Amino acid sequence: MNTTVVSTGTEGKTWGGGNKPLNASYGKLMMWFFIVSDALTFSGFLASYGFSRFKFIDSWPIADEVFTHVPFLHGQEHPMIYVAFMTFILIVSSVTMVLAVDAGHKMQQTKVAWYMFFTILFGGVFVGSQAWEWATFIKGDYGAVQTKGGNILQFGHYVDHDGKQKFERIAIRDIAVATEIDRTQHTRDNGLWFVSEGTLPSYTVDQLVTGMEANPDILIRSQKLDEHGNKIVYSREESLKQLKDHGKLVVEGANLEVNEYGTNLFADFFFFITGFHGFHVFSGVVINFIIFINVILGTYEKRKNYEMVEKVGLYWHFVDLVWVFVFTFFYLV
Amino acid sequence: MAHEHKLEILRGLVKFKSNIQKIWGVLILLSIITTVEVVLGIYKHVLPDFFSSHLVGMKVLNWIFIILTIVKAYYITWDFMHMRDEVSNLKKMVVWTAVFLICYLVFILLQEGSYIFNVYHDGYIKHDF
Repeated sequence: MNTTVVSTGTEGKTWGGGNKPLNASYGKLMMWFFIVSDALTFSGFLASYGFSRFKFIDSWPIADEVFTHVPFLHGQEHPMIYVAFMTFILIVSSVTMVLAVDAGHKMQQTKVAWYMFFTILFGGVFVGSQAWEWATFIKGDYGAVQTKGGNILQFGHYVDHDGKQKFERIAIRDIAVATEIDRTQHTRDNGLWFVSEGTLPSYTVDQLVTGMEANPDILIRSQKLDEHGNKIVYSREESLKQLKDHGKLVVEGANLEVNEYGTNLFADFFFFITGFHGFHVFSGVVINFIIFINVILGTYEKRKNYEMVEKVGLYWHFVDLVWVFVFTFFYLV
Repeated sequence: MAHEHKLEILRGLVKFKSNIQKIWGVLILLSIITTVEVVLGIYKHVLPDFFSSHLVGMKVLNWIFIILTIVKAYYITWDFMHMRDEVSNLKKMVVWTAVFLICYLVFILLQEGSYIFNVYHDGYIKHDF
């Protein structure tokens, strides 16, 4: 005897089952769910970046001055050019990805493989560029002095540009006067075996004081912004006073603890957000590579559809989408 | 899944013959927007005063950057991720959820951020000593 109800009398009606209200496959739908949740994660990061920025609205570093380097062009300042290039590379990789999806719809195996190959290539270029950008950021540029209160003092002097006075930065290595230092780096074998210490800065605050006193042109620029968005430069007396009274630590480059460009949080968020995004790009490249191998092996040819390419494509475009926002909030705004 | 694509962008202003053409068209559009952003960013300091005047708590230039970014995001989602070809329920599911939650989060955090700025600025608490 059959005890299972096989007919509910609702077949073909709205709640009868078998409907596809979103008209998308399970896999694609789940990718969209993932993308929405990941978008919320990223907006959480960017919103907290905005929080810190609004908290230090009058002293946030100026991104144009921080990211000025382009590979192979040493000593030249080209704000934003390299990031713009990175953005362009990522958009182009999105285009090759969407071309791969399009070729997949037409069941053209060779074309899908080639387009996927270029997507992976551009993805690799992007990750490499980001690594280079990190290295440059960590290495630093001019160096600075951190005060007891955690502020950053940067050095520079006024230079005449066609009759207009313009403040130009001077690197600490050009200011510091070599004096005797009695402090050496503490290592486990020359002191307490259970205590260790990181690399010491190349210069001490005292050496900078000596150097600054020897050169009457040098002024100090504070973190604070004036109403035009330029950093406030101290007078000569104030500069010397700030350095002597408050200067505590020489900072070169940036890490999670100190940051020669300004507020520490700027470096923290830079590492965290671009790092998290870079990790997404890296995983995207890995996933794309797996799918690329499958395309070459003919897996989707046998399956008679290339939806898998479309799904990784969605992820890849999302990574591009996030970069568009990171670009705006880190480099432009 | 049907392979039909809607081939118009900019509300029918530009029509393409094939999907591949549309992809290249969108690339050109996105590149133009990025170029405008970069040029505005590089020449920030020589722009007329209008760009640095304040509007609803932010500089006009920053609003321009944010709007251009959202336009870019729209074309990436609609044309590269094929949202244009999905049913409207799927569009709403993704866009409304994200837009609502993100606006809420951003509002709360930015509001609190400027509150803390004011506490340091006007109050007796200092972080610099």
